[in-house]
Amino acid sequence: MSRFTPKVVTANRLREGDAVYLTADDRWTPFHHEAELLEDEAHAQLRLLEAAAQKLIVVGAYLADAKAGPNGPEPTHFREAFRTRGPSNYHHGKQADFAL
Amino acid sequence: MYSYSDFDEAFVRARVAQFTDQVNRRLDGSLTEDEFRPLRLMNGLYLQLHAYMLRVAIPYGTVSPRQMRQLAYIADTWDKGYGHFTTRQNIQFNWPKLPDVPAILSALADVEMHAIQTSGNCVRNVTADHFAGAAADEIEDPRPYAELLRQWSTDHPEFQFLPRKFKIAITGAPNDRAVTKAHDIGLRMVKKNGETGFEVIVGGGLGRTPMVGMVVRDFLPIEDLLPYVEAVLSVYNVLGRRDNKYKARIKITLHETGREEITRIVEERFAELKPLFAGHDQALLADIRAAFAPPAFRNAPVDAYDAFYKADPVFRAWADTNLAQHRNDQYVIVTVSIKAHGQTPGDATSDQMRLLADLAETYGHSDLRISHEQNVILPHVHKSDLPAVHAALVKVGLGTANVSLISDIIACPGMDYCALATARSIPVAQEIAIRFNELKLEHEVGPLKIKISGCINACGHHHVGHIGILGLDRAGVENYQITLGGDGTEDATIGEKTGPGFAYDQVVPAVERIVLAYLDLRTSPEETFLQTYRRLGIGPFKAALYETGAQDAA
Repeated sequence: MSRFTPKVVTANRLREGDAVYLTADDRWTPFHHEAELLEDEAHAQLRLLEAAAQKLIVVGAYLADAKAGPNGPEPTHFREAFRTRGPSNYHHGKQADFAL
Repeated sequence: MYSYSDFDEAFVRARVAQFTDQVNRRLDGSLTEDEFRPLRLMNGLYLQLHAYMLRVAIPYGTVSPRQMRQLAYIADTWDKGYGHFTTRQNIQFNWPKLPDVPAILSALADVEMHAIQTSGNCVRNVTADHFAGAAADEIEDPRPYAELLRQWSTDHPEFQFLPRKFKIAITGAPNDRAVTKAHDIGLRMVKKNGETGFEVIVGGGLGRTPMVGMVVRDFLPIEDLLPYVEAVLSVYNVLGRRDNKYKARIKITLHETGREEITRIVEERFAELKPLFAGHDQALLADIRAAFAPPAFRNAPVDAYDAFYKADPVFRAWADTNLAQHRNDQYVIVTVSIKAHGQTPGDATSDQMRLLADLAETYGHSDLRISHEQNVILPHVHKSDLPAVHAALVKVGLGTANVSLISDIIACPGMDYCALATARSIPVAQEIAIRFNELKLEHEVGPLKIKISGCINACGHHHVGHIGILGLDRAGVENYQITLGGDGTEDATIGEKTGPGFAYDQVVPAVERIVLAYLDLRTSPEETFLQTYRRLGIGPFKAALYETGAQDAA
């Protein structure tokens, strides 16, 4: 069996457009570390289907690579890391909204 | 400037009403995202990394003070107090929320603006020389033709689903400030036997397959403009490839079909179409021309300007870089730099927008332009008003004296905003500008255009930068490829790749090595970077960039 890279389910909120993550208890959180870390491929696909079905809450759900960290899942790619914070030229987005 | 006819007004209002309903139906679940996405894109609404983004057209870069104030109002009311001017003479709002977008579009319609055809596979915002109607070197103001093309292409039933997007640029001057050779159609006004017409260039474009456009008609009479452009579009609509997105632009069609064959088919189609244009377009053009009549220029002494220029070195530095020659000797064209060192290229705050609107009204015959280089232009300023204009600009951080210098950088939004980006571009631009400001070198270096794109689609025009920078994702790390010798003018040239790319934190030192090499290599301060590059080729610049020494210079 080929090794599966752990994932989180992520999307953008339909109304606000901000990046959100699916938690194990079926909430959408703005915080990557609160996401459910999906280590089994079949389970990840199932969670993605469940996420994509929430058409009035989120848009464009997909699986993003992640890894376990001391406070919860962490992004492994810089694009996903940017999505957890906001842009680098202004203190806008999550880094401002949640004083990260 | 052109004012909406009843037809324009009704069309834009009807579209706002339609889209308002579409947004409501998306929010209540009647429309799926798959159904809604093409509808929102038709209205300029994208979903980006952190938020939605609304792209608003500024046709041929011309904007009135009233419109500019409304953009400021939108920025304050529904966004974060600023807007981003783009390389296609559009303005983008980076933080709108979906339920607010109908209100934003309605506020735009109040000032004769919209976001229609700023996305999708249709004819996009027609761009023009930002000095149009003012430049000393101009044959004729190209904007009436741009407006004619805008009216013709807006909601044109045949061209709403082209194989790919389609960009038209037009200039009335021999010095090409509109990058016409890098557009699907570039139109350059030319004179032949005393008559004015267009040189028609087709198939230019940047992106993953950069190409300089080819001339398909060296002289097109003015009255043939619409039937000829329609012929080009209709041939492309049939021949253009729909099987492969990366081969769908007209540049590929032209390349695969050959210039001679395309020209033959276009001329054939033109012969069919020409009789169908029974002169209505020319009647319309006459009305449009009247709307672009030049302002009533003042006749007043300019001695105060000359005295101030001699006395104030800060003003002098600004005047030397940011002013261009106007066709009226007492006037100048002012380029307001939206590139303060360390700031985001093309971002203006709502306060800055309002100040620009005030200045245009008080000193600029109520005319403002947005350039593809992401600056704002006051096209008609009397020389005696320049000290007052400069002082007012300095107060709101818009007095930067750097137009065409190393810190006057084009940068796309890159991965700080854009969902397509593969790397960041804004912070790279910010850091280059800060570094050369510290070195106090940019005035000594002189004209040097740096252009940065955060992905292969090349919104930042990197291929035509004297120094081009392309941000890529190389195995999960940002990596920047450098090209040299690009040129977006009438001598359009695609830059040459130097070699292996550079890590994010190595880009500024890399650019510095190239620029210092130029200072060593130039024959005199009068020889520009591009001239030196053309004289010597890439060799010595590569040697300096990769620190390989002169032996590898060949």
